[in-house]
Amino acid sequence: MAKPASALTKSLLDALFSGVLALVVLGPISGLVLNGYQVRNEMQRPLLLAAAVMVGRFLFSLALATERGRSLLGALSARAQQGVTVAEASPPRSLRLATPLLLAAGLILPFFLSKYFLTVLILAMIYVLLGLGLNIVVGLAGLLDLGYVAFYAVGAYGLALGSQYLHLGFWTALPLAALLAAACGGLLGFPVLRMHGDYLAIVTLGFGEIIRLVLNNWLDFTGGPNGASAPPPTLFGLEFSRAAKYGGTPFHEYFHLEYNPNYKFIFIFLILFAVVSLMVLFVGRLKQMPMGRTWEALREDEIACRSLGINHVTVKLSAFMMGAMVGGVAGVFFATYQGFINPTSFSFFESALILAIVVLGGLGSTVGIVLAALVLTILPEMLRDFAEYRVLIFGVAMVLMMIWRPRGLIRIKRRSFDLEGLR
Amino acid sequence: MSVDPIHPPLLSVQGLTMRFGGIVALKEVSFDIRRGSISALIGPNGAGKTTVFNCLTGFYRATEGAIALHAGRRSVDLVRILGERFRPGDFANPALLASRLYYKMFGGSHQVARAGVARTFQNIRLFREMTVIENLLVAQHMRINRNPVSGLLRSAGFRASEREAVERSYAWLKVFGLAADANRLAGELSYGRQRRLEIARAMCTGPRLICLDEPAAGLNPQETDELRDLIRTLRDRHEVTVLLIEHDMGMVMGVSDHVVVLDHGEVIAEGTPHTVENDPAVLTAYLGADYAKGI
Repeated sequence: MAKPASALTKSLLDALFSGVLALVVLGPISGLVLNGYQVRNEMQRPLLLAAAVMVGRFLFSLALATERGRSLLGALSARAQQGVTVAEASPPRSLRLATPLLLAAGLILPFFLSKYFLTVLILAMIYVLLGLGLNIVVGLAGLLDLGYVAFYAVGAYGLALGSQYLHLGFWTALPLAALLAAACGGLLGFPVLRMHGDYLAIVTLGFGEIIRLVLNNWLDFTGGPNGASAPPPTLFGLEFSRAAKYGGTPFHEYFHLEYNPNYKFIFIFLILFAVVSLMVLFVGRLKQMPMGRTWEALREDEIACRSLGINHVTVKLSAFMMGAMVGGVAGVFFATYQGFINPTSFSFFESALILAIVVLGGLGSTVGIVLAALVLTILPEMLRDFAEYRVLIFGVAMVLMMIWRPRGLIRIKRRSFDLEGLR
Repeated sequence: MSVDPIHPPLLSVQGLTMRFGGIVALKEVSFDIRRGSISALIGPNGAGKTTVFNCLTGFYRATEGAIALHAGRRSVDLVRILGERFRPGDFANPALLASRLYYKMFGGSHQVARAGVARTFQNIRLFREMTVIENLLVAQHMRINRNPVSGLLRSAGFRASEREAVERSYAWLKVFGLAADANRLAGELSYGRQRRLEIARAMCTGPRLICLDEPAAGLNPQETDELRDLIRTLRDRHEVTVLLIEHDMGMVMGVSDHVVVLDHGEVIAEGTPHTVENDPAVLTAYLGADYAKGI
């Protein structure tokens, strides 16, 4: 350390400043207590709190001034600066082991969880899927979509209304709802994708609201705020309810097992896990395909793309439809897991949350998005004990992440190419 | 210049006029570009050089005039493929209507690039957060197997086409002396290298005509010399016709066979570098009438 004295004075000044700030902020809140019609003065409480803040800030500054603290700070800010790096030609051995381990864990885990944790995990997986889908649109193609929840709703209502009017089961509705969502994406995309940036964001925001309002107000068809019920999935005609509702045989009767309500959730989780794994694989491959490469090129520079013969409208449309399709699949799973849906599940807040997942994960990074989706859905559940502070802590965590990791949790690594490695 | 019907010029621009509202940026500009030549478009600032480029490469839709590219067996009208307004006469001619409708929906500057015209930009436009080789792979997308199903399943055909594309990229990187930077991010490269990469990327689209917008801007004298050799190599070995805008007169005079001089949106002189250099109209445009008279 070069100048211990200056570090000490700086820490003291920092502490003093924080103390004054704490006093200003906390003084009126904790120092003046309303008692009937009178205000009681309890100034010792904010003073104590401010003193605690001062001590804390002083110690924090001192810790940062040491050699170790500085190197830690340097590492953090240096990492924050760099956004993208190029990966080594061959991934390290530890990473190659990670994939089969994760797959095995995902397959075994649901059998040991309580129903509550299973539902949390299913919801987390649905958000992973949504994050991966929106990542195609926002992270790869660079199209800001604020109404992504619309395609989620289309998927969910595709299952619920399909079963109500056309007697479709889960497995028929899954591809049909995905195609329906993609068609909606194409329908919305074709006229609006000539715009970019903020204009596109506003149009998609409007679209998201339109879908929700239609679902809410078209009472005869969608059931409006009363919602619609969605069928649970079946395994080759075997149902997971206590008594067969759709004309099949219950799963537990067929295998002569004790009835357990968890079976349904375990089954949903396993299908969802397979879909998410497949999606992760496909997104990874998409990035190395001409399609994914043109998406990323379009995000980088649209004019340059046009000069290279890339039709920017169809490329954007393909990204939009692909994203919508994934959203639709997630919607089907959401409907089947809840068994009942209504329009309140598809508010703008959902769109914002999915966007937060994509941004926090690092635009374009698959691993980052999976992590962010897990964190952002499991963390609020874990924080239920903190009741009303839950959202506050959630917000603080987001702000901190944006300060230290402005480019997302995981740094994006680009694949490297060499001539020998291709053979 | 007489038009030879058997060997027509690669590009012929006829009566190109471009108006932005009341401002006339280009007035009846006409010139031809011979196959296999290196031509330069020069003129004082604001003469309309970049506007000509943007019309040729489909970024602007010319108000009037025709641009014909004789790249393959058929000639392509670069104005029509941008998509034009419907005219009353179209509705009597279904074939014309269909073609207009097609270009209206799917036309645009990308069609010009597919017809065989590539370009670079005055302010470099690379895909900065992608690697150098990925920049070249994006440019080759018309030649790669683009079937999404075979890509997702990594079929043998897809892998072969990817391998071929990477090999072709490496071949171009060698030509431009960038092979060592193949796996660096394009945005990290030095300015001179970024300029070269942009030309390499344009070459990867397999163009017949490459339009370079101020390729020597911001380069030091040594880099400019290298660039001059590179442009000659492209023409001599890679069968491409070059059209460039340039302010570095040493480079223009040294490299080009044919020079077109623009001033206030009009062609004021055309010919070999030597004739243009001594043309009084050119001297007036660049140096002012008094100075030109004094010489």
